[in-house]
Amino acid sequence: MAKIIVVTSGKGGVGKTTSAAAIATGLALRGNKTIVIDFDVGLRNLDLVMGCERRVVYDLVNVIQGEAGLNQAMIRDKRVDNLHILPASQTRDKEALTSEGIEQVLDELVKDFDYILCDSPAGIEQGAQLAMYYADAAVVVTNPEVSSVRDSDRILGLLASKTRRAERGQDPVKEHLLITRYNPTRVDDGDMLNLEDIREILAIDLIGLIPESEAVLRSSNQGIPVTHDQSSDAGQAYTDTVSRLLGEDVPLRFHEYQKKGLFSRMFGGGRR
Amino acid sequence: MKLLDFLKGERKKSASVAKERLQIIVAHQRSQRDQPDYMPMLERELLEVIRRYVQVDQDAININLDRDEDCSVLELNVTLPRS
Repeated sequence: MAKIIVVTSGKGGVGKTTSAAAIATGLALRGNKTIVIDFDVGLRNLDLVMGCERRVVYDLVNVIQGEAGLNQAMIRDKRVDNLHILPASQTRDKEALTSEGIEQVLDELVKDFDYILCDSPAGIEQGAQLAMYYADAAVVVTNPEVSSVRDSDRILGLLASKTRRAERGQDPVKEHLLITRYNPTRVDDGDMLNLEDIREILAIDLIGLIPESEAVLRSSNQGIPVTHDQSSDAGQAYTDTVSRLLGEDVPLRFHEYQKKGLFSRMFGGGRR
Repeated sequence: MKLLDFLKGERKKSASVAKERLQIIVAHQRSQRDQPDYMPMLERELLEVIRRYVQVDQDAININLDRDEDCSVLELNVTLPRS
């Protein structure tokens, strides 16, 4: 039985797709059979971040409407063996996703996989609600910035009421906070919310902290999830996040401001 | 640097302003989280009815739903202007 995890945030542009791709890659690298599904109908982007945009033939909507089988629509990742991608459709018809259709697809996948990641669209409309509806756990991606934190709180409200688990009175969806684009230097200057403040305001447990990093753009440029770049801080931070999702106790890294020494000031320091 | 900020009488750090603002807005959002979907509409319509008789401001009306085990209490507070 697969665990269904939704990657969500409310606000757009905070790193949902980057995180979904990086976490799915990390889970698969650890030997879990994993599929990541793009729920952003009309604005699919997961395929680009995963580097499989030219291999998309069928998509989630085709499967739901019976025009293609699941096996035809699933794309096998080139780099990691047990990783699969189910792309979203480019159709402008947002009604194309139905709750029954999604349930059927997930019921099928749950039998075969260890982890199903649902990459939610931004907002709190139908697409976002469908992405979270069947989830067992949620990764709430939040930037250290007022609008993102506020929207994350709205999403927490929906997770507590508009999910199958909530409606059936089962154990609630497990909520995890993932802080992205964290800049310890700006936190030290007092111009960025620190992680303790965010955790205190949202009152959920922290699953990971991804520092603001040049490696993230570099990896999406190339279509290689940042988890593969283990020389980068962001890549290592996502690997830590995956370990915590798997229940391991891993200390937090990259959250402290490092004063630059004379050597790194003179020679520009290491690669970020 | 810190000493220099102190001597210049540095303004409040923006991150602590952000935290205070967020604590207020999130507390407000959470108080509304459990209320039924019809509450904002009910609040608007009640305000309309009251305004037919007395001219009150938007913030003069305070509506609250408290839930107990077997019943809910709808509490309505209206501050009327002195006449």
